[in-house]
Amino acid sequence: MKKSEPEKLGAHSRRTFLKTLGTTAVTAVAARTDAVAAELEKVNAEKVIGPGAVPVTLKVNGQKLKLQLEPRVTLLDALRNYSSLTGAKEGCDRAACGACTVLLDGAPIYACQKLAIEAQAHEIITVEGLADGDKLSSVQQAFVDKDALQCGYCTPGFIMSVTALLKHNPHPTADEVKHACAGNLCRCGTHPHILQAVFQAAGVKTTSKTEVLHG
Amino acid sequence: MASWPESPKYISHATTRVDGAPKASGRARYASDIQADGWLYGMILRSKWPAAKITEVNLDKALGIPGIKAAVKARDGEFTVRFYGEEIAAVAGTTKQACLDALRAIEVKAEPQDKFVVNENEARKDDAPQVWAGRPNASPGRPRERGNVDQAFSECAAVIEGFYTTPVQIHNPMETHGNTASWTEEGLTVWASTQGISSVRDGLAGALQLEHSKVRVSTEFMGGGFGSKLGAGVEGVLAARLSQAAKAPVRLMLTRFDNALAVGNRPSSFQKIKMGALADGTLHAFDAENYGTAGIGAGADAGGGGGGADIPMPYLYRVPNTRVKQSAVAVNAGSSRAFRAPGNPPASFGMESAMDDLAVKLAMDPLEFRLKNDPNDVRQREYKIGAEKFGWKEKYRKPGSSPGVVKTGIGCAGAAWPAGGPSRSTQGEAQINPDGSVEFRLGVQDIGTGTKTVIAVVAAEMLGLKPEQITVKVGDTNFPPGPGSGGSTTCASVSPTVYDICTKALQQLQTQTGIADARGENWFAACKKLGVNPLVVHGSWIEGLSTRPAYGVQFAEVEVDTETGLVTVERVVAVHDCGLIIDTLTLESQINGGVIMGMGYALYEERVMDDLSGVMLNPNFETYKLPGIADVPEIEVVLLNMPERGVIGIGEPATVPTAAAIANAVANAIGVRVGSLPITPAKVLAALGKVPKSVAQT
Repeated sequence: MKKSEPEKLGAHSRRTFLKTLGTTAVTAVAARTDAVAAELEKVNAEKVIGPGAVPVTLKVNGQKLKLQLEPRVTLLDALRNYSSLTGAKEGCDRAACGACTVLLDGAPIYACQKLAIEAQAHEIITVEGLADGDKLSSVQQAFVDKDALQCGYCTPGFIMSVTALLKHNPHPTADEVKHACAGNLCRCGTHPHILQAVFQAAGVKTTSKTEVLHG
Repeated sequence: MASWPESPKYISHATTRVDGAPKASGRARYASDIQADGWLYGMILRSKWPAAKITEVNLDKALGIPGIKAAVKARDGEFTVRFYGEEIAAVAGTTKQACLDALRAIEVKAEPQDKFVVNENEARKDDAPQVWAGRPNASPGRPRERGNVDQAFSECAAVIEGFYTTPVQIHNPMETHGNTASWTEEGLTVWASTQGISSVRDGLAGALQLEHSKVRVSTEFMGGGFGSKLGAGVEGVLAARLSQAAKAPVRLMLTRFDNALAVGNRPSSFQKIKMGALADGTLHAFDAENYGTAGIGAGADAGGGGGGADIPMPYLYRVPNTRVKQSAVAVNAGSSRAFRAPGNPPASFGMESAMDDLAVKLAMDPLEFRLKNDPNDVRQREYKIGAEKFGWKEKYRKPGSSPGVVKTGIGCAGAAWPAGGPSRSTQGEAQINPDGSVEFRLGVQDIGTGTKTVIAVVAAEMLGLKPEQITVKVGDTNFPPGPGSGGSTTCASVSPTVYDICTKALQQLQTQTGIADARGENWFAACKKLGVNPLVVHGSWIEGLSTRPAYGVQFAEVEVDTETGLVTVERVVAVHDCGLIIDTLTLESQINGGVIMGMGYALYEERVMDDLSGVMLNPNFETYKLPGIADVPEIEVVLLNMPERGVIGIGEPATVPTAAAIANAVANAIGVRVGSLPITPAKVLAALGKVPKSVAQT
């Protein structure tokens, strides 16, 4: 991935944010309700799609995925239930657990909070897109080596968050790792090993503090 | 008598999880990932009333929604629902969206009851609305007494009285409960997110009046259970019935909300403890009354895993004069189920808090007080090892004497897990192929603890192969039967079974091939001599290689900000034993996990019910707080390898003492006891007298 992409991403997110703001906060604050409503109506009139299934093309792991989806179908649903890409998991379906984390143009997002139609024309990478055939990515391999997984249900989400972190920050501090993984929950309590795995993937040697006393 | 190898190559060493790669690559297929041919979504309509008589459920309009292929009622005729979230009906359709529309189209006629009770303190009162008509909410409780408690208190040099409470905790596995069910003329196949494939098969067969041989349950991967996924569940039966009606496979996974409401929790506890010691610090008298709620039931549908409201008291200690009275209180909320070491974390919190409070009164170091009274040799040893590593002597200060606004404190607590032993009926088989490949098949399941890895490690050790040369298949009721993953029994069940299979395989290879020792470098030559047919060897659990119970102690260091009330756990030293260690790496993971779950119990987790509406207010991850990676302290694990004891399970003891150790560390830091879990900032500030006590009420 090109080095400049994170900045580009930032700009993208910002635009999306402002666009969203245009329909909510600005409406209330500026109190120009009528004008905004008229504007929205105009925009919507041009763009009404659905409610029935519409053609949607997603670019996932470098491949085009052509689907027929109701506009209300989320990216997560599209991946898990309209294709065989079940690597991204559904843990909450409301942006709280991070099991569904995928990369959208290199940035980690909750796939449950993105409509599939909105994700068109973006590069989507799921956990299935990281390995090169049977060869796991360095992050995936580190998760295996350090046993940074137990039941494994949250693992794809953590791996995507960590992959995104290391792309733009190859040598993170522990605090930076914690920040990057703050949106991912794990109930088995694998966190200490996740931290070790990230350091291994970043090329930093870690030693286990575990002591085994025999006899 | 069988015995484990003396100088093992893989056993007691670190082996990476054999199914790590499929999990890390996204290839692993969980129950929620199954895409059977022509599968449909399933969803459940749940009661929006905490108590109501359901007089009519009309599914016609739901069945008219485009894409809906089946709809079934949870029960026929009129019926009563007793908690917000109880099942009413279920639908199956071609899309999730169609199902959502269909749930809204189901017409339910109900007579909501305006009287219900969700608070255990209210429910205990004589005039409380009855959750089960004609039955008092609170069981009377039978007091049991040993010695002469009243007289004994008069002999004590120090006596404390405390009230220690623990909340209802929700399991919250990352994968919700659910199944894909496919019911055809040949029978019912279910891909279940379960801890007990056999109990799910038996439960479904019973509920649907099918022969056991007609039900097959498959669980290759599952996303956590912690005790809540031992049975078939209402959702499993509904998925099967939907499949039968729709003539198609149905995947019915619960929503995160459903999961918090209806599929189990850890009962609360309200422990009133009076305890006294003689002048030399010997525990002498104990008088306790405890009640807690298991919701509408007491561990119903827990697949035999327990989960009632009673707890072991006075837990780890032998007090000569003891009186205990316990009561389970029904409320209009989802039933409890077994939850990682049922009864033990609340018992540990109550008793170990009381121990520290009494130590303070006796002006004794709480560690010394434990060493004086703990009757168990293993824990005695663990306390000494842990104290040394933790630096207890150097760190210990009198309660509340830490200077400054942010105060530090330390605490410790002990664990016991009386189960953890084997299921003696465990069986398994191995297929040894002429090309030297070998596959082990056991009807157990891997819930994330590393069962597949344990099987591979033991097999590799016994056959002189590498763990990666062993193919392990579990999670299929067509395999020889094994226990459910509950009670920390799996490791102690499968290890001797694999040992037995391997011993028999080596004997058989010798007989068939004439090669005296087929292990290691002779393996491939021996297998080749099998000719065309593979060798299939059946084995079962044998005596002498496993035992129980496990113990364990933990030490915690915390920082408490006395201005904000925030508690930060800085460090935990966890000293545990589980007999012969099979794999140090996955064992370390389990102990980390136990500590972190215990930290959640100590500081964050609590089901919050609304008294007025009867609704659970935090059935999601935004408002029910689980520990995140930034909350996790430095965890140092010390493992006692005791091969002479054989194999013992560890999943449960690891989570038992954490909350108590943290609570004791908080009390040590601020000099006052917060006797109620979770220890929220509001409760800390209330204990410090900085906010009124009422602010901290939940």
